[in-house]
Amino acid sequence: MRPKALILRTAGTNCDMETDVAFQLAGADTDLVHIQNIISGNKCLSNYQILAIPGGFSYGDDISAGILLAVEMKHKLRDAIHQFVSDNKLVIGICNGFQVLIRMGLLPGINGEKSELSQSATLAMNTSAKFECRWVELNTQQSACIFTKGIKSQLYLPVAHAEGRFTAPENVLAELESNKQVVFRYNNGKKYHSNRTEYPFNPNGSDADIAGICDNTGRIFGLMPHPERFLTKYNHPRWTREDLPNEGDGLAIFKNAVDYVKATFS
Amino acid sequence: MSTKVNEFQILNADDDELMRISRKGTLSLNLDEMHAIQKHFASLKRNPTDVELETIAQTWSEHCVHKTFKSLILYSEEGKETEEIDGLFPTYIQRATEVINKPWCVSVFSDNAGIIEFDENYNLVFKVETHNHPSAIEPYGGAGTGIGGVIRDSLGTGLGAKPILNTDVFCFGLPDTPYDKLPKGTLHPKRVFKGVVAGVRDYGNRMGIPTANGAILFDARYTANPLVFCGNVGLIPRNRCDKSVEPGDLIVAIGGRTGRDGIHGATFSSAELDDTSENLGSVVQIGNPIMEKKIVDALLKARDHNLFRSITDCGAGGFSSAVGEMGEDTGAEVHLERVPLKYEGLAPWEIWLSEAQERMVIAVPPENLDKLMEICDAEMVEATVLGSFTDSHRLQVFYDGEIVADLDMKFLHKGLPQHIKKATWQPPQHKDMQSRDKITEDYTDDLCQLLSSPNIASKESVIRQYDHEVQGGVVVKPLVGVNNDGPSDACIATPIIGSEKAVIVANGINPKYSDVDAYISAASAIDEALRNVIAVGGTLEKTALLDNFCWGNPDKPDRLGALVRSAKACYDIATAYGTPYISGKDSLYNEYRDTTTGEQRAIPSTLLISAICVMPDISKAITMDVKSRDNLIYVVGNTYAELGGSHYFDIHGYIGNIAPIVRTSDGKLTMETLSSAINHGLVRSCHDCSEGGIAVAAAEMAFAGGFGMTLNLSNVPTGEDITGDDFLLFSESNSRFLVEIEPKNQTTYEEHMEGIPIGCIGKVTDSPEFIVYGLTQNCVVNSSIETLKTAWQTPLHS
Repeated sequence: MRPKALILRTAGTNCDMETDVAFQLAGADTDLVHIQNIISGNKCLSNYQILAIPGGFSYGDDISAGILLAVEMKHKLRDAIHQFVSDNKLVIGICNGFQVLIRMGLLPGINGEKSELSQSATLAMNTSAKFECRWVELNTQQSACIFTKGIKSQLYLPVAHAEGRFTAPENVLAELESNKQVVFRYNNGKKYHSNRTEYPFNPNGSDADIAGICDNTGRIFGLMPHPERFLTKYNHPRWTREDLPNEGDGLAIFKNAVDYVKATFS
Repeated sequence: MSTKVNEFQILNADDDELMRISRKGTLSLNLDEMHAIQKHFASLKRNPTDVELETIAQTWSEHCVHKTFKSLILYSEEGKETEEIDGLFPTYIQRATEVINKPWCVSVFSDNAGIIEFDENYNLVFKVETHNHPSAIEPYGGAGTGIGGVIRDSLGTGLGAKPILNTDVFCFGLPDTPYDKLPKGTLHPKRVFKGVVAGVRDYGNRMGIPTANGAILFDARYTANPLVFCGNVGLIPRNRCDKSVEPGDLIVAIGGRTGRDGIHGATFSSAELDDTSENLGSVVQIGNPIMEKKIVDALLKARDHNLFRSITDCGAGGFSSAVGEMGEDTGAEVHLERVPLKYEGLAPWEIWLSEAQERMVIAVPPENLDKLMEICDAEMVEATVLGSFTDSHRLQVFYDGEIVADLDMKFLHKGLPQHIKKATWQPPQHKDMQSRDKITEDYTDDLCQLLSSPNIASKESVIRQYDHEVQGGVVVKPLVGVNNDGPSDACIATPIIGSEKAVIVANGINPKYSDVDAYISAASAIDEALRNVIAVGGTLEKTALLDNFCWGNPDKPDRLGALVRSAKACYDIATAYGTPYISGKDSLYNEYRDTTTGEQRAIPSTLLISAICVMPDISKAITMDVKSRDNLIYVVGNTYAELGGSHYFDIHGYIGNIAPIVRTSDGKLTMETLSSAINHGLVRSCHDCSEGGIAVAAAEMAFAGGFGMTLNLSNVPTGEDITGDDFLLFSESNSRFLVEIEPKNQTTYEEHMEGIPIGCIGKVTDSPEFIVYGLTQNCVVNSSIETLKTAWQTPLHS
């Protein structure tokens, strides 16, 4: 079977095309679907195995990043999303999509707030107080995350955001660690790095250098960096000076999703 | 006549009264034009309504019809006979493109943007606009709506292009201007800088368009009149490049609602600014990028379903301009009470002229309306039928059933009397500077000072605020090198992910040279834009240009004389290089008048040349950062003692008289041969020599690559005898490059470059030292790449 991915769109979504390409290259069939079409019943979430919430500025990020789309999904698609998640299907939120998942409470999804859909962490304004676009080194953590299974220990991806500082109360952070829900940490590019990563390597001042997390099942994944922007070596900022494989670091994340669906639902 | 519509009493008005009407209404119509209107309405035996006069003023505004570029110019130079030029645009710009006659030019000067061929499925559109006057008064809003407007130009080209890349070039006053030296009523350059960058950032980022190329320049004369150039490249299917309007097609407005914002923007931009302009808040538009994103999403869908026959954006002049232009060859009937408003209380002429943002007008065959509405509903965009195109050849505007404007399309579009203008040019005499070799032997401080001068210093703090990665296609980024922070010559995008076909975008701009001669400034801007294209792996053969003139008041003969010189250079250089213009724009009247002292200042004559080049294979691209120790550094192209208008003279307080000219036959051969060497894989890195000459270019290559360099000036190829080390280091002669060659390719490279003046001036070193030896083998620069990089990065760091 070919896995089916729904790339969710709304006003202000703007990384939908490259996310679409990423899933196609990974071997999925894709549909770019406006949220109005799901709310109206024209399109049905249950026909897909992967839900991707791409980057952008949903509804202009008015009030704060991702909140309006989160509220809309929480109130208008609550049952459909609960069903989707309990069917062991995959959800990925990238950048603005991560902000949406955090604000609607699907992530970190501990202490039962996944069913309540209440928020327990946040992505706050960068400590630099501005939007920044730069490439970051990521350390892959030991986690249950489906999307990063067997992936390289060290990834290089771009970030581009103003509100990406992951922060949560101490007890939530502690639980994230003990549940192994931290998927990526910002890193200065050196291998066995354990101290707090300094700016700009940690581009936004995130607690514990957290760049991406999953829920405790590993099937819901959110991250600030953009894996869909590193699909071929030409995306790499130094491809003219380094010897690089043709495939970009980001593609493996999408391939993992496709492989999981094939193994689970066929 | 409705109480909401007034008549202008012009039939019996004398000249004073006519000009009073023009000034009072911010109409920017001159006496000749008022006479033509008076005559036209005398033949109709009635006065014009406010809607009519406003429509004419908008249509005839400098902003919309570019009358200076079409006027008859009597041009005189000292000791020469007066020359009659029947329109700068047809004579020098349009004719250059005709003479060059490239088969890949799909549409030039006729649509909202120029169109060139890209691959077997798609074409590219490119347009650069300015939004100077609004940005002077309200930097954030002015710049944001500048980028918003040029995006709509791409969307309004053919049947709509998908915006794929933004470029921005800004000119500001000096960041360290003392507050007590600020002209009355103007904002501090730092404030303008911050606001403009934030405006472009917030609009471009929200639209999801990478901003990947640009420049920022500083000069005290931009303090009261900052310049904001915004450009957009779009991708359009080859079979969606033509448009037409048929009588019976519905006039449908899509997007934002109409309010009182931006009224008189078109005519306001045709006036000089003064110390009271800051009170004109209503002429600046209010932007909403998410609305525009929704319009793009909805219209590209409607385009792919072939639901409309023509499209244009509501820019300057609002519906008046959009409907007036679309219906020029047919006729149009519009019902203003149908226009969705932000709030009640607008007079009909205000609805008609409002420049409220994020609105497009399309011509929809009636049978497609339902499907169009369905798409717009799904994307949550408002669409309204305002009327229809007719075969009346009249522009007929109604409000609540009553006719409020009834204009003959022919008079509206062809009734503007041609202006006759005088232009003069006299070469200025500046103090010249001699080589400082007799005073000093060490130029390390000069180099550091140049690297820290705001025009040359790193713009990273700005660039990082723009999302230059979105859409996943920018493959040569604005910042390159071992730490991703060196200044790239140009950006390259692959609009179709996975395809090797790419588009290069670059720019050239040299306002300092116009203090010597606007001809040299324009010629150098073209040469620079093309050098930037060549430096990353492009070719002259597939490069098109855009011209954007920002000038002072063209009614003053000296300003216009400079404009003539500039336009002449545009013709001469473009035809010699074979690079056609596909679109362009001008923004004139960039002057400031202090109403108390009467003091008048103009901006430096500023021509921005933007270049776009189609590149068949992205794998051939190179960047400017040096790649490896022991590689050889060559200068390509002759150096001349051309320091007039250079940054080196500038830091010593001189302008000089000998600015870098363009020797087109040498330049063309150099660029073509080097381009071929790059495409043969013989060059590891390449950087164009521009501001600060060889010294600055070499330093930038070194610290971007993280290696040192040892160079020797005695091997620099020269076109004339140059004895001063400083002149060799800092001359800004055109058509020159620095390249890095692997030793194993040295012979092949030198053979390949046969006939081109090249000189191996040194090599890349592992140690971080940056050392240059002068003509007498003395050390003239001795520094480290850390020191030089810090000098370059610190000034505009935050």
